[in-house]
Amino acid sequence: MTMKSSTRQVDGVTIVDLSGRITLGEGSVILRDVVRDLLSKGQKKILLNLGDVNYIDSSGIGELVSAFTTAKKQGGELKLLNLTKKVHDLLQITKLYTVFDVKDDEAGAVKAFGQ
Amino acid sequence: MVTVVGGQSLLGTVRSMCANRVSYTLDSTLETVNSAEEAAGRIAAEAGFDDEEVMKISMAVREAAVNAVLHGNAYDPSKKVTLAFERTARDLIVVIRDQGKGLDTSRLPDPLAPENLLKTSGRGIFLIRSFMDVVEIHPSKTGTELRMIKHVHGSAADSKEASQ
Repeated sequence: MTMKSSTRQVDGVTIVDLSGRITLGEGSVILRDVVRDLLSKGQKKILLNLGDVNYIDSSGIGELVSAFTTAKKQGGELKLLNLTKKVHDLLQITKLYTVFDVKDDEAGAVKAFGQ
Repeated sequence: MVTVVGGQSLLGTVRSMCANRVSYTLDSTLETVNSAEEAAGRIAAEAGFDDEEVMKISMAVREAAVNAVLHGNAYDPSKKVTLAFERTARDLIVVIRDQGKGLDTSRLPDPLAPENLLKTSGRGIFLIRSFMDVVEIHPSKTGTELRMIKHVHGSAADSKEASQ
């Protein structure tokens, strides 16, 4: 299953709902394009909803890091929402869990932006 | 041993084979990465590993295939990747070889070092080592061989013993 993404706005925050696999190739490219497109349009509060992302490889992890650092460099904020156990475990063993701002409640995550 | 040459679609071929060892010769493409992952998942499941172990094995094989295709052979259509699975009573052994310049293991970064945490690459070998019990990297001027082993234990060992 390849990755799909859709975006919606909630209180000034762009929530990107992702589903499928973030892996080398199409999945990583889609994520990169979505985040770059949002930042270029000035939408700098980005919440990546990974609730339906069932698989991620090292390339996908790299793309999440890239999205996080790119947003930060442009004065934006990027947070992660609803990690599946697989993605949570991967971020734990790569020590990235504490680097990312990870949330498990959408309303709380939206409120956390800009604070 | 059964050797399959050039098959991008690995599904179906393994299932019909009753051998303890199977190997594939594959093109240096993204399809190879996906096929290697699928084959690893299926073979690990057939060997009796539980879902979590199957995921780890298939992910380790995916990362190894990415290294072989992307970093080893650099998508060169004239270069091939060979992938072999062997099941023994104690282990699932996976060997993947590329035809690249040979991985310089002295230059492998520590992805957990603070200065590397925000790097966008360099986690593949680390993940393979995290997920498999034994990982050996044998670089040479004609390519790199990566050999990895997952020990059979728990439910996998039980099903293995029951089938003997």
